[in-house]
Amino acid sequence: MTVPVRTLDDGAWISVNNARAVSNSDIWPLASYDFCDCDVAHVLCESFFDVSVHRDTIAVGAVGQCIDCGSQDTIDALPVGRVIDGEFRAFEPGALQAVNEPQS
Amino acid sequence: MPTDVEEWKDEIYGTDIRAHMERFAEEGWEAIPEDEHDAWFERFKWYGLYHQRAGQESYFMMRIGPANGVLEPGQLRTIGEIAKEYSTGPAENPEFGNGWADVTTRQAVQLHWIEIEDVPAIWDELEANGLSTLQACGDSWRNIVGCPVAGKDKNEHVDALDTIHELHDTFKGNEDHVNLPRKWKVSVTGCHEGCGQGDINDLALEPAEKEIDGETVEGFNVRVGGGLARNEPRFAKNVDVFVTPEQAADVAGGLSALFRDHGDRENRYNARIKFLVDEWGPEKVRETLQEEYVDFEMYAAGEDKRDQYSYNAGVDHGHADHVGVHEQKDGNYYVGLNVLVGRIGADEVIELADLADEYGSGEARLTQRQNIILTDVPEENLDALLAEPLLEEYSPDPHPFQRGSIACTGTEFCSLSIVETKNRQVRFSRWLKENVDLPDDVQDFHIHLSGCTASCAQPQIADISLRGMKTRKDGEPVEALDIGLGGGLGENPNFADWVTERVPADEVPGAIQNLVQNYDELRDDGETFREFVVDRDEEELAELVEPEETDYEDPYMHNTKKTWYPYAEDDDMDASPAPNAADESPTPADD
Repeated sequence: MTVPVRTLDDGAWISVNNARAVSNSDIWPLASYDFCDCDVAHVLCESFFDVSVHRDTIAVGAVGQCIDCGSQDTIDALPVGRVIDGEFRAFEPGALQAVNEPQS
Repeated sequence: MPTDVEEWKDEIYGTDIRAHMERFAEEGWEAIPEDEHDAWFERFKWYGLYHQRAGQESYFMMRIGPANGVLEPGQLRTIGEIAKEYSTGPAENPEFGNGWADVTTRQAVQLHWIEIEDVPAIWDELEANGLSTLQACGDSWRNIVGCPVAGKDKNEHVDALDTIHELHDTFKGNEDHVNLPRKWKVSVTGCHEGCGQGDINDLALEPAEKEIDGETVEGFNVRVGGGLARNEPRFAKNVDVFVTPEQAADVAGGLSALFRDHGDRENRYNARIKFLVDEWGPEKVRETLQEEYVDFEMYAAGEDKRDQYSYNAGVDHGHADHVGVHEQKDGNYYVGLNVLVGRIGADEVIELADLADEYGSGEARLTQRQNIILTDVPEENLDALLAEPLLEEYSPDPHPFQRGSIACTGTEFCSLSIVETKNRQVRFSRWLKENVDLPDDVQDFHIHLSGCTASCAQPQIADISLRGMKTRKDGEPVEALDIGLGGGLGENPNFADWVTERVPADEVPGAIQNLVQNYDELRDDGETFREFVVDRDEEELAELVEPEETDYEDPYMHNTKKTWYPYAEDDDMDASPAPNAADESPTPADD
């Protein structure tokens, strides 16, 4: 089944199945992804510029900044949730999710 | 490949949207198909309706766009009455109560908590009084801005108001221009002081004169491609065109059509005309405009007036804003009132309309500094107007920290903002007024607070620029602000340099206090703040900004975006009374 996904309102949020699914301004901890020199980068997602579906996982392109060291960068495909039986289930932004982190 | 937004616009856009909105209003919120929310809410923007953020589903912001901020007699009262009847929400704001109007940096008005069922009645009331929400948002000609006292001002080079009305009447609802790749912001300035802030607009007409056939002709030079959003600020570029007032609509329409045809419709983040100007350069813009869109030979640019600009320019002469009592060219006066962060209660809007009727002509005007001006006040009425109790709060002589404060909507309602803004800026200005002494000769000190990089509060052109961010304090993530310095317009405009980033919000007043003290101690005699900043490099400036805790208290340090309304007693998203509240329950990650 095709899941419609899109970024809306200047990248403020991600729509999945025509409903608000993920908002900007959450902080995502990244332990293995090489975002900055911090052991764990705590990346504030300032806005989204892309969203895509990889099998059942929804991933976003985001502009972000580490709130501890201030490094700024873009992330091309940050997983933010899954579609299970047609329903979107968001990952918890504050939780480490090493196995889901994008490749550096 | 065209974006979803482009496909939705291809299906239904422009004036065709209205019948659908009226149908939804008749049948109620539930009649908007859930799987079509994204498409309809995108289209609603064209008619000035913007769906509020997560947790506030079914409530909308409505924007009313009076050209150049001119409210004819009776229109201010209409806005107040509509705000009072329709713009109240399920919880109170501790600073502003419930039911207010926001004056915006584009000389428009925003009302919140509007429900779709009420929209036709609001439109009826607005349109019966000559107001409209048409194209207030969406991908088209937005509210045209300019000097708010156009036609009244003693310092006017050319009366821009006729040109502004011609552009407004020509391009609002014009089928050839309803569907542009992105928003199209136009400024027309006629005065010597640069009040139209043309440099930060997609299209700027700026006062100029030119020798034509041995005669000096007054008109406008044309600049294209300004804008502040998305960490990609640009000043509009000179495309070497002078237009007479009679030519203005043809050339402005030609540029709008050029943007319509050549702007990027496949990537909304690359769609604004500033990116096309980056790609083409101003020479190609002019060449294409002449060859494909304008059927008369355009004049080369004339002599501009930019060396006289004073508005938001950090200089010690001329107007920096329109607050205060000023003589008009007809001998009457206009009285500019400070509206702190642009927000005024509905009852007070009505009361202000009464004062406009009693002491002036009934007309009011809105400024890009979020203030309101009462015009056409005869000299003999001034004392009585200035003695009115309402002017104690909406003052023509406010403290510089309150006079200079601008704030965007913030996380109270906005999907994109990262931090709370308006209440915070009110609290900042109150604390600064009580605790910080500006040098006696400093009357204008602009502090602009924007919740994110969209820059709706125009932070990059302030004395002190504040931009929403987050940081960690005592181990916990908290709302924070980046602090920028050195921004402003004028003959040589500058964007602020972000000299100190991620300052916890409760340490920002202390940072401003220390910066102002350092300025006072180190400045040369008569040196303006902007001159002081421009003379120093980023490293030196960063040392002058010393964030620290003070007795200022900030109640919004937590993640206000995660609340349904930051000031509600129970602000948890699950406590939202809004219909169809988003399901925020997360799924644990795999590790």
